Parts: sequence; C-alpha cells; structure tokens
Amino acid sequence: MILVFAEQRDGVLKKASKEAVSEGKRLSSKLSVPVAALLMGKGADQAVDEVKKFGPDKVFVMEGASLDQYSADGFAEATANVAKEQGATVILFPATTMGVDVSPRVAARVEAGLVSDITGLDVADGKLVAIKPVYSGKALATVKFKSDIQMVTLRSNVFPLEENSSAPEVTKVDAAGISPKGMVVSTELKEGGKVELGEAAIIVSGGRGLKGPENFPLIEEVARLLGGAVGASRAAVDAGWIEHSHQVGQTGKVVSPVVYIACGISGAIQHIAGMGSSKFIIAINKDEDAPIFNIASLGIVGDLFKIIPALTEELKKLA
Amino acid sequence: MNFLVFVKQVPDTETKIQIAGDGKSIVEDGVNFIVSPYDEIAIEEALLRKEALGGEITVATMGPNRGEAALRTALAMGCDKAVHLEDGAFEGADSFATAKALAAVVKKLNPDLVFFGKQGVGTDNTQVGQMVAEMAGFGHIGMCVKLEVDGDKIKGEREIEGGRETVEVSLPAVVVAQKGLNEPRYPALRGIMQAKRKPIEKLTVADLGLSADEVGAAGSRTEFASLELPPAREAGKKLEVEPEVAAKEIVAFLKNEAKAL
Repeated sequence: MILVFAEQRDGVLKKASKEAVSEGKRLSSKLSVPVAALLMGKGADQAVDEVKKFGPDKVFVMEGASLDQYSADGFAEATANVAKEQGATVILFPATTMGVDVSPRVAARVEAGLVSDITGLDVADGKLVAIKPVYSGKALATVKFKSDIQMVTLRSNVFPLEENSSAPEVTKVDAAGISPKGMVVSTELKEGGKVELGEAAIIVSGGRGLKGPENFPLIEEVARLLGGAVGASRAAVDAGWIEHSHQVGQTGKVVSPVVYIACGISGAIQHIAGMGSSKFIIAINKDEDAPIFNIASLGIVGDLFKIIPALTEELKKLA
Repeated sequence: MNFLVFVKQVPDTETKIQIAGDGKSIVEDGVNFIVSPYDEIAIEEALLRKEALGGEITVATMGPNRGEAALRTALAMGCDKAVHLEDGAFEGADSFATAKALAAVVKKLNPDLVFFGKQGVGTDNTQVGQMVAEMAGFGHIGMCVKLEVDGDKIKGEREIEGGRETVEVSLPAVVVAQKGLNEPRYPALRGIMQAKRKPIEKLTVADLGLSADEVGAAGSRTEFASLELPPAREAGKKLEVEPEVAAKEIVAFLKNEAKAL
C-alpha cells in the first residue's frame, strides 16, 4: 500500500496534501497497489470529503485527545502504527513544515529510507526513483532506495493536482496509546490573506535595490494584486528590512513558483540556487550586467522605483 | 547542564558545484569547507544556554579527517570539548545511517539538550536531528526560532506556514535550529588560541558499540544513483524601455507566456 500523510489543520486540507494524494494515485497505477490517505488531528473528519476528490482507495482518520494539538513524535508514532498495520511500502508526505518535521521520525521508526523535498518521482523495477535538488538546486541527484519501505517528502507546487473522484472506504483509527513527548501549546497566525512563500505560484521578491524597509510595500502591493507571496534576498534580510521567513536562497527557502519576479536583486549564486528552478523569471534591475539577467525569461533594465508603480497601475486596470 | 551540538562540514555556499568523475559526487578539489551555516546557529544557542545555566558543551561531527577544522571552529567559538566520529565505515552514510551513529553518541554522552542545525547545506534534507531524537527516545523542537529553558522542560517557537507555533518538550530533548534563532558570534583570537589546546576525542564504529553494517553506506536506506547539473537556463529578452512600456510588457508576459493572469 501507498500511504499518504495528508496534512490538514482544523479540517482544512493543505494544497500540498492534495498534490501528495494526486501523486500517490499516479504511483498506485504504476506500482499496481492501492493508495490510502491518512488524516490526523483535530478536524481530520471534516477533511474526508475533500481528500476523496483526489482518488484514494482508502482513507484513515485518526482523532483523539493526544492528537488534538500537533506533536512531531505523537504524529510520527501514529503514522508509523498505521503504516505497519497496513503493510505500507511507500509513504508520501507533503514537504510542509509539518511533513518535514514528522517524516524523519517515521522513517526512524519504520527503518525506511527518506528523501526530502523531491521534485520528481518515478518507478523502476518496482522501486521508487526520486529526483532531489541538492546544494539548493545547484545540482540534481537521482536517488534510489535500499530499504523495503520507501519514503519521500514532495516539494510544493511541483506535482500536479489531479481530481479523480473515488468512493473510498473510510476507517477510523484509535489514537489511544499515543503519548506525545513534545506538544504544541499555542499557535500564532499572521493576519489572514497572506500567501506563504513555499506554496505561492507567484513570488515577488525584493533585494538591495529596494534601498530600505520603507520600500517593501511597493512589492507587497504587486504581490497582493497578483495573489502572490513576498520574497527577499539575503541582503535585504540581513539588513533587517524584512523577516527571515521571506528569505529565498541557500540559507532561506528554496522555491519553485510558476513566476518569480526579482526586483532589485543582482542574483548572487546563493540566491539563484534558491529560485533558479522557477518556471518563469522576470527580473527588474538598473544594472544591465546583473547576473540575474542571465537566467531571466524577461529582463527589464531600469529604475524599479518607476517601473513597479507603473506595473501596479497596469495590474489595477485588470482588477 | 550537559549540552551536545552536532555539526557538519559542508562546501562553502559560494561554491560552484562540479560533478566528479563517478557521476554521483562533487569535485572537492579547491572547495572551501565550512561549518554548515545552520550549525553555527546551533553552536551559538548552546553557548548562550551555557552562559545562562552553566554546564559543558561537547561538539561532535562525523566525517573525514578534514572535519577536524569544523570542530576547531566550534571550540574557538567556545565549546568545551569535541568528539570526532572518524572511521572509514562511516563513509557514504545517508541520513538514516548518520542518525544511527549520532544517536549512539547521544546514548554515550547522555546530554540534557542536543542541538542540530536545520539542515546540512548541500544535502538539504532536514532529517538527521529529528531522526536522532526518535532513535534516542527524545522529544524535539524543529525549525526553532526562539527558545526558552524552563527547569526540566524547554519551550520553543517554530516557523509554520503563515505563522509560528510554540512547542513544549521535556528534557532531555533535541532542538533543530533555524535561522533567526540567534546571530552566531565570530571566534575571537583568544578563542582560536584556546581551541588548539581543547581535546578532540576520536571515536570509531566499535567505540560506539555499533557494527560496520549499521553505519555508512552499508547502513544506508538510500543511495545516490547519479548527480547532474540542472539544465542551463537561457536568458529571454532584455528590454530597456520607458517604465510604462516595461509595465505593459510584464503584464503581457504574465498573461501570454506564463499564463499566470
């Protein structure tokens, strides 16, 4: 069986989970084994209808006091229990902050090989073959498994969503006996409506060329109009202009959006490593020799303080 | 309190990656190796905790002889002693086999608090800290950006999509450091001099009570079949036009090429 850890929070299924179930379904035909989605924690029951749309053969629902709040070791124990009982040979996770945190503990429990943040998955001789960016995307590794159980976390926005309605058998799994060591005691979400960097289809990113924190609203406005997220270069983060959670690059996030708009970013090797796999790159920079132009699908040489306001006006016309 | 920090020596982030003749590793000649940037944050956090609570910090690494430089850096920053897992049998380890060896170090040293960096820059996995926690039977705080030690438990904030969550874990525990947790110090000259006299204990597979087939390539659950450079990107058109024209070009591109509007 292919088991997909389908992260949900308060009944809302993550987009990355839908991508993981879609990929599980595709793998299930390649491997000729059934695919099951595992929903865990408070609200899991409410996410069943949504997860069904992506074609699982089975859905496991685990709720209980010990799983009401996220706990890396508790969620890992619960996942490993289901995997063992069901004889799972493949376990897929979305590479969300939860998937990244839980999956290694599951791998340790079931003695599985785990490949993180993969961007490609195939089957050869009945085993998985994963494509994994290393050195922040400066190279791509093809990774094979030696273990019986094979685990991967899937990078967001890479594996296509595929609706595939099914009428799966839904099984409630008892969460009794799980006693977490570490547990979330509170969660603080920023004001709603902001798109997360790792999940965004469009990222508008600012660098040293923005000259100061007071100018970030310029690109925030463009991001808002495009329904995208705000990114930043290390230079902008290190200068304290914007929080580290926005940093794209080798010591920040590695992202693969459909469109990456780099504003006032020269394109240091560490930054390019973090966004070089974007489908389309638009660069705005006053220095016509900036390395970012070497990888830009569309390069605009000019003053971003004139171009971005003009772009904002253009986008408002479309709204 | 006893602190243990694990560090990994990695190629400098400035490194231009070249694929070696075996087709599955990188050319190391001329590469400058550094302490993985996230591990520096882990070291700094241990130093801050020791300054507040007292105790001793052991820094440990697994890897070839050159790894000693990473340990010296950590000792120069202020760690008290070092452990170097150096044995041919450790070579070629994936995250699982690495965690197996490091978990044995945890068992041997019996620390209260173990620090890891979020990921080794290069392999980019974010696995080993969590795996070691599981193998050692510890709780952990992953992607930690704020930490408080409160008696026999720790409380830490971690980044999640769209916000932060606060996790509470009893000691002993593992903390996986994310950028933002602190600002790592530079080793002072005095620290560098002192580091030369601090002890580095070498440990082999046998010293850890493990067998050679549990670690290194033999104990790994995954293996690199090949390593390639990503397809080169070609530059598209580059325009130097009036801002209004540029704006229209960008919108047209988003609509027609990227189909994002």
